[in-house]
Amino acid sequence: MALFRRKKRKKPNHSRGGDFISIFILLLLGSFMVLPLILAISNSLKPLEELFVFPPRFFVRNPTLNNFHDVFVLMGSSWVPFSRYIFNTVFITITGTVGHLIIASLCAFALAKHRFPGRKIIFAVIVLALMFSVQVTAIPNYLIMSRIGWLDTYLALIIPAIARPLGLFLMKQFMEQIPDSLLEAGRIDGASEFAVFLKIGMPQVKPAWLTLIIFCFQDLWNLQGSNYIYSEQLKTLPYALSQISAAGISRAGATAAVAVIMMIVPITIFIISQSNIIETMASSGIKE
Amino acid sequence: MKYQAAAQSAKDKRLFPLIMGYFRLKSKQLWAEIKKHRISYLFIAPFCILFLVFYLIPVAMSIGLSFTYYNILEKPRFIGWQNYINLFFADDVFLIALKNTFLFAVITGPIGYFMALFIAWMINDLKPKVRAVMTLIFYAPTISGQAFIIWKYIFSSDSYGLANGWMMKLGVTFKAILWFEDGKYIMPILIVVVLWMSMGTGFLSFIAGLQNVDRSLYEAGYVDGVKNRFQELWFITLPSMKEQLMFGAVMTITASFAIHDQLAALAGFPSVNYAAHTVVSHLIDYGTIRFEMGYASAIATLLFMVMILCNKVVQFFLRKVGT
Repeated sequence: MALFRRKKRKKPNHSRGGDFISIFILLLLGSFMVLPLILAISNSLKPLEELFVFPPRFFVRNPTLNNFHDVFVLMGSSWVPFSRYIFNTVFITITGTVGHLIIASLCAFALAKHRFPGRKIIFAVIVLALMFSVQVTAIPNYLIMSRIGWLDTYLALIIPAIARPLGLFLMKQFMEQIPDSLLEAGRIDGASEFAVFLKIGMPQVKPAWLTLIIFCFQDLWNLQGSNYIYSEQLKTLPYALSQISAAGISRAGATAAVAVIMMIVPITIFIISQSNIIETMASSGIKE
Repeated sequence: MKYQAAAQSAKDKRLFPLIMGYFRLKSKQLWAEIKKHRISYLFIAPFCILFLVFYLIPVAMSIGLSFTYYNILEKPRFIGWQNYINLFFADDVFLIALKNTFLFAVITGPIGYFMALFIAWMINDLKPKVRAVMTLIFYAPTISGQAFIIWKYIFSSDSYGLANGWMMKLGVTFKAILWFEDGKYIMPILIVVVLWMSMGTGFLSFIAGLQNVDRSLYEAGYVDGVKNRFQELWFITLPSMKEQLMFGAVMTITASFAIHDQLAALAGFPSVNYAAHTVVSHLIDYGTIRFEMGYASAIATLLFMVMILCNKVVQFFLRKVGT
């Protein structure tokens, strides 16, 4: 079993047969996970005639970039240019993620390292907020947005995402590990509390930054937001994808092309930041 | 009687300033404490204000509006429990949605959770490099967002779809099956798709938790008579990662009651005979299409209660792990 660690480091209670079975199950489940994604990539490269052959083929024979070309050209001539959807989603995602990282880190730092009255109850409320999903608040949010005039603007999509409780929760749990003595040393040197946060606290929690970034990024990147946005030129990439795929099998190639464009970015970010994310998740536990 | 009352009131009069004095002192201390930490409040203010406006106030509004008739044009009108009564006694589609939601939650929730735990546990034995690749493979469907749309091609209703095409070629069926138009097939296919992308945040938490279990515990367990890897899992591994199990449960439960996006994209919205209609679908239908905000708020409030309650119940049972 080359895949496993050396024998001397192996756990004592594991039989060889069990190892074989678990590898087998892993491969089986792994192919279930990865094959649809490979199919998406393969489909996005298929020329039209290959999408409509019987029996259907899994892998592409003569790969072409026509589908990607079509997405830009076809969509461009019918509605707003396709690049506009890309810009919208990229803009919303970057602003929202940066904003989330800044204010969630500020709040998490105070919750983890300051001893002010009310911090326990605030954190308890945030843990409670992890237990319900955004759909619960969708309707009042719509009413609030319309009252403050944010409907049909980027703000309606960006601002609620900035205050997602999950990011704050993970950051606060991770910041608990910063040694107090380190912060104290900074304070004695006369640094302002903000400088202590920025110059001493934040560099200590770099893995958590990446974790917050990928989770917030994922949410915003996949945000359709069609409830809050009416203008075609402000709509997002996932919305464009849903429109293309609604046209059915005739657009199978274009649909796959957009799906590939959409998945390549978060997967790349995840590959880069994986080890940091796992490090952050080690402190993610909910204590009783 | 009169004397007793007078004595009582005299006592109250003496007690009252004492109590007030106590509270005044306490509140003064608290105020001093708050003033001392004003920089902390400055730190938490931006997040907490947004969180209040876009998370807490909406929950309160939702509960309030659920007792009204509100169509945005007119002012909300108080109608008591009428929305809830209508939901359960006059709205057949809601009952279908409720059934579907629970079906999804009960099947995909536990299976997704244990599959994530099981996979994380098996991955944990691999070499770090292989482990990283495997983590990516299992987590990729979750982060690739809209890529689930590819399932629409796999289960396309004509012979160009992968499932139909291959089945026809093998002679399993002669006519293309209308996967997403037949109530019989919608649910099982959607459950597979939901499970496909169910390795959520909890999965990463499990991997991290497993890596941080104290290795010496396993040696000790071996000496104490732990015989196989399942005993090891139950008596040593799981108890050491209880906190991650809790976190994973919260993430899974919340997600499995909120399933809607994948369903709408694959089975259409509304789906044939409401076969893939969930509570969230119903909420979106009334909230964003019919603009019956009071009714939609009642649905949202119920969803909120069910999510919190279910989380609390599961946490109660998770505390018993390994005992």
